[in-house]
Amino acid sequence: MNIDLLLDLASAACLVIGALMSLAAAIGLLRFPDLLSRMHAATKPQVFGLLLLLTGLGLQLRSWAVVPLLAIAWLFQLLTVPVSAHMVGRSGYRTKHLRKDTLSEDELDAVVQKAAADPAGDGAAARVGREGPAVAAQPTLRERPNP
Amino acid sequence: MTESLAGAVLVAVAALLTVSAAAAIVRTIRGPSLLDRVLAIDVLLSVVSAALITEMAVNGHQNNLVLVVVICLVGFIGSVTVARFVIDRRPHEH
Repeated sequence: MNIDLLLDLASAACLVIGALMSLAAAIGLLRFPDLLSRMHAATKPQVFGLLLLLTGLGLQLRSWAVVPLLAIAWLFQLLTVPVSAHMVGRSGYRTKHLRKDTLSEDELDAVVQKAAADPAGDGAAARVGREGPAVAAQPTLRERPNP
Repeated sequence: MTESLAGAVLVAVAALLTVSAAAAIVRTIRGPSLLDRVLAIDVLLSVVSAALITEMAVNGHQNNLVLVVVICLVGFIGSVTVARFVIDRRPHEH
């Protein structure tokens, strides 16, 4: 068995499994009950599927010149996917697009309850609680003395 | 890639990605919330980049490689922007 055929077969396997990741995400999008579990499914083609597809492409092109470009593509995806997942998950939690009965543990719930019980908003819990981190930066700004 | 293997890979990947894109579009239409739609659009974008990569691998060229890098770079901006401005429009009991 020559090396070219072996690399071709590996590349074909990578491409097909990478496409299967997209199919898994699609099935998860259709069948999972709420936003957070759908987010779990949607990450598969974005990170692992893309890694498999780029590996397949690299095995097919067989040129060292494209390897940095493929690595950059995957690294940027790895950097940007958590950002969008964080933002979507945060606004999903705040607008209550989740089913509490499917959660095994809700660590943010105690913080939100504490913040709701402290309407003055000067407690440490309120800073990360109901108003969230974007607004929570304001008390520290107010405490800073004027120049 | 040999002719028969390339054809088989192209057909298999095209079928898988077609089903995935259809499911993502169905989720985009059905919602129920704006965030579900944003998530489905993200999956649709990754299906598109998967199709670009597969086409490059099968036909053995690298014309769209920069496009794939750009999709990976800026693909998150849309969902971040939409997620920042989501408000809850459903009726509340309190």
